[in-house]
Amino acid sequence: MIEKTIVWEVFIQSKNGLAHKHVGNVHASDKVMALENARELYTRRNEGSCIWVVKAEYIVSSESEDSEAFFDPSNDKIYRHPTFYTMPEGSKHI
Amino acid sequence: MKEELFQEKIDKEQKIEPKDWMPEDYRKHLIRQISQHAHSEIIGMQPEGNWITRAPSLRAKMILLAKVQDEAGHGLYLYSACETLGISRQELVQQLHDGKAKYSSIFNYPTLSWADMGAVGWLVDGAAIVNQVSLQRTSYGPYARGMVKICKEESFHQRQGYEIMAEMAKGTKEQKEMAQDALNRFWWPSIMMFGPQDSDSPRTGNAMKWKIKRQTNDELRQSFIDKTVGQAEIIGLTIPDTDLKWNEKTEHYDFGEMDWDEFWNVVNGNGPCNHQRLAHHQKAHTEGKWVREAAKAYAKKQELVTQ
Repeated sequence: MIEKTIVWEVFIQSKNGLAHKHVGNVHASDKVMALENARELYTRRNEGSCIWVVKAEYIVSSESEDSEAFFDPSNDKIYRHPTFYTMPEGSKHI
Repeated sequence: MKEELFQEKIDKEQKIEPKDWMPEDYRKHLIRQISQHAHSEIIGMQPEGNWITRAPSLRAKMILLAKVQDEAGHGLYLYSACETLGISRQELVQQLHDGKAKYSSIFNYPTLSWADMGAVGWLVDGAAIVNQVSLQRTSYGPYARGMVKICKEESFHQRQGYEIMAEMAKGTKEQKEMAQDALNRFWWPSIMMFGPQDSDSPRTGNAMKWKIKRQTNDELRQSFIDKTVGQAEIIGLTIPDTDLKWNEKTEHYDFGEMDWDEFWNVVNGNGPCNHQRLAHHQKAHTEGKWVREAAKAYAKKQELVTQ
């Protein structure tokens, strides 16, 4: 019989104040083991100040094949960017 | 049509990601190559693990422990990358145990003296680094990212090995002899780590077209030899190849013929330690079964408690 293990995705905050960033995954049977395995695998050289682990099965991803259609709604809204607007000549700090 | 789009992406140096369409042969080639790479890291812990209890100083012991732990980590990064191709870790380990998946033949040579720890770090890790630096640009995203992480950690491995060789080479007469002996035994197997010559490497064509490999076996081997000759000279050791000499015209070192009979013999399972390495892995895996079961039982119990 093939033994199955749970896969956990690992996110590391490299230092206080920064966002957690995805670094990879670990196999573990429970959350404490997942955290400890993540520490041993991804922070052997002071890479982190905080670790998140989340079961991989809970991550929902968009499909790369549909990415064009999926992200299409934002393509034609250039007025969302500050460079869209004309500022009066000589205006400053804006 | 799909295949053309795929190749177009590769030609534009775009990475292929797990959910992207890929030809079945591309997937198969990757599973074979990445799993072989992962198994090499894991089996590669054995020849060095052999010296942890007998390291000559506390400093040496701590360094060796850290290095072996890194190798376990590198194996895990690679298993993770391989799993994104739709194969489970358990299947990968099973393939290793069944002899269907291979690992680098270099680990089928014994480590007979402390100087071998120097030779392994300097030459074996040195050769692995040349290969892995090149693979940072491989076309499969998860593999490329794994390589970047591994390369960052690997350079300490080679430097600590070279330091051991340098120390022994300037030590007593016996120590220098040990260092030279280790170099003599590990030189040829190390340069054979890059695999058969391009003319005998049937899979190179596809691997290059799909940019899984970015340089051929012979190119990588030459690059390793060119880097290493000077390092041997500086510490006063002699590379055991009488044909080795600088070629002004090609601006590379010419070198002697490798013993391909020996190479294929070891690949096919008849090296000095093939049986021992695999048997040890199987034993550790079997004896660890109760630990895995206990961990699972504990997890189940925790779930009941928190419900």
